Amino acid sequence: MSDTHANTIAFVRETQLPPSPPPAAETGAIKWVRENLFSSILNSILTLLSLLVIFMVLKGMVPWFWNSTWNANSLSECREAGTGACFAVIRERWPQFFFGFYPSTEYWRPLLTFVLLFPALAPILFNKVPQKALFFTLLYPFIGYWLIWGGSLGGPVATLLGVVVAYCVYRTLVAQAPVIALLASVAAVVIWMLFINGFAADALAGVFGAGLEEVDSRNIGGFLLTMILGIVSISLALPLGILLALGRQSDLLIIKAICVGFIEFIRGVPLITLLFVASVLLSYFLPPGTTFDLVLRVIILITMFAAAYLAEVVRGGLAALPRGQYEAADSLGLDYWQAIRLIIMPQALKISIPGIVNVFIGLYKDTTLVSIISMYDPLGVVQPILADSDWNGILWELYGFVALFFFISCYSMSQYSRYLENKLRTDHR
Amino acid sequence: MTMADTTTSSLGISDEVAITIRGMNKWYGDFHVLRDIDLTVQRGERIVICGPSGSGKSTLIRCINALEEHQKGEIVVDGTVLSSDLKNIDKIRSEVGMCFQHFNLFPHLTILENCTLAPIWVRNMPKAEAEEIAMHYLTKVKIPDQANKYPGQLSGGQQQRVAIARSLCMKPRIMLFDEPTSALDPEMIKEVLDTMVELAEEGMTMLCVTHEMGFARQVANRVIFMDAGQIVEQNEPEEFFNNPKSERTQLFLSQILGH
Repeated sequence: MSDTHANTIAFVRETQLPPSPPPAAETGAIKWVRENLFSSILNSILTLLSLLVIFMVLKGMVPWFWNSTWNANSLSECREAGTGACFAVIRERWPQFFFGFYPSTEYWRPLLTFVLLFPALAPILFNKVPQKALFFTLLYPFIGYWLIWGGSLGGPVATLLGVVVAYCVYRTLVAQAPVIALLASVAAVVIWMLFINGFAADALAGVFGAGLEEVDSRNIGGFLLTMILGIVSISLALPLGILLALGRQSDLLIIKAICVGFIEFIRGVPLITLLFVASVLLSYFLPPGTTFDLVLRVIILITMFAAAYLAEVVRGGLAALPRGQYEAADSLGLDYWQAIRLIIMPQALKISIPGIVNVFIGLYKDTTLVSIISMYDPLGVVQPILADSDWNGILWELYGFVALFFFISCYSMSQYSRYLENKLRTDHR
Repeated sequence: MTMADTTTSSLGISDEVAITIRGMNKWYGDFHVLRDIDLTVQRGERIVICGPSGSGKSTLIRCINALEEHQKGEIVVDGTVLSSDLKNIDKIRSEVGMCFQHFNLFPHLTILENCTLAPIWVRNMPKAEAEEIAMHYLTKVKIPDQANKYPGQLSGGQQQRVAIARSLCMKPRIMLFDEPTSALDPEMIKEVLDTMVELAEEGMTMLCVTHEMGFARQVANRVIFMDAGQIVEQNEPEEFFNNPKSERTQLFLSQILGH
């Protein structure tokens, strides 16, 4: 140490003090317990009370599960066999919970579709997966459609051809005028679907043969229906919501008016009303003779509903970005769509992740509303079981099982959103 | 500051015209922000624009790359007339670099990605070449070792130097600076100014809104004083600081140099 004296003011430190370890009472498990559970008298009382509540809950639940019955043919048999839960009903009715009235010999098709979902989603959800895998993701909707609804491979292939044609139209025109290219490709899809698709599908059906057994939309139900509605609507609603949010911010008055009108109308109407429109009213508006699959109608309306909410969430994200980001993008010479895609959206979407996932989870659970228009989603499946005299009076097990399924799905979504937020955190504050 | 410096700083200015502004007017609603601005900038000129806040100096340089729209008059940048035609605007913006008071780096991209983004997407440059150029300019602003960090991890002075490098990666012929040091701590101002001085010495055409009068004396060949949306006085720095003509300029200089 330097030889400073207590009575001199000038002081110069010549050596750095070495860091020393914290006192022993400030580390380890004892410290954790003291700080987190028993830091004061009030907190100690709360801790003990909470432990009591947890004990009471477990005391009720554990025997219910422990003494549960899995083998029985009716509720009365269950009651004789054990005092706990009667899971026999789920054992007996699980095909309906998972597949609705899907033909039992064809269960492998939805299962295969479900398994293929993971490689299709992987390149979108995780950017460590090589981006070439996106090719499979683009094909997946057609494969999935064919597997679940069946019929000849000709139909999906014809539609795929239509999409390819539209893409070629877009590619040839995009260099001259991006907006016209986009409109032209949309027009190409519409023309293809209205006039060419039918012939192409028939012609290709001749080539590919009869294919898989056709399954009617009415027979699709259970968790399968929930997954179809949820996943398709979510993947369509996000791009539509982004476009609506951008449209609402647009300088072009007509586009802005359309977007605002759409968002406000959809948000102002209950989803159930829209679902009734889908199941009943739509056929009045459409030209007679057009058949329009019920599942497709429901998907379109749920998508529109979710997109309106998403648009507002994304708009919040856009509003949170400083104007300087737009100006910096502009000053570098990026055009509007480049600026939106490379600068604005990555940041706006990152800010809105919690809100977006919130809408997704809401949408996913709202798909249960289709039981009102007599589609057999998991809740719709519960009704006939309750009406069955064998199982009359059983409630907890059925609704608990449905709840467990929804909880797993929704909790996975929320965990993924947390992963994504952590991964995208670059502000390092 | 000696006469010798003034003469060296007037070297490198060519007869070629970089920017012409004729009778330019701008309004925010009813508020007349810029009034009858006439300005010709030769290639290689280093112009410092100063004036009290609200005098329209930032608005003036933001009009040059069409971040703000002017309502009357004509702006010609590098022979291209600035009109509402988006193609012209994008062309001018890719030739004119700009640095902002708050840097405006893209926080979701690394330093290197910030620098390569515009060359890749606007100039259609291959990624490897863009990265090479980016590293060249990052070395020039003396932060090549930060290339893979995110803007949030850098100090203000470093961020502003990255912003300069990002603009330079587009190989602009004109650079605009909008109060580049106003948001910085005093000890970081110098590193940014040093970078700007170096740029000026290489003959870049620069328009710079700043209150750094030392910088103006050192590199500017012309100082413009604006007040209430008009150009009140312009002169060589030596004359401007030692012998201001208008009363408004004298008052401004006495306030800014007074302490």
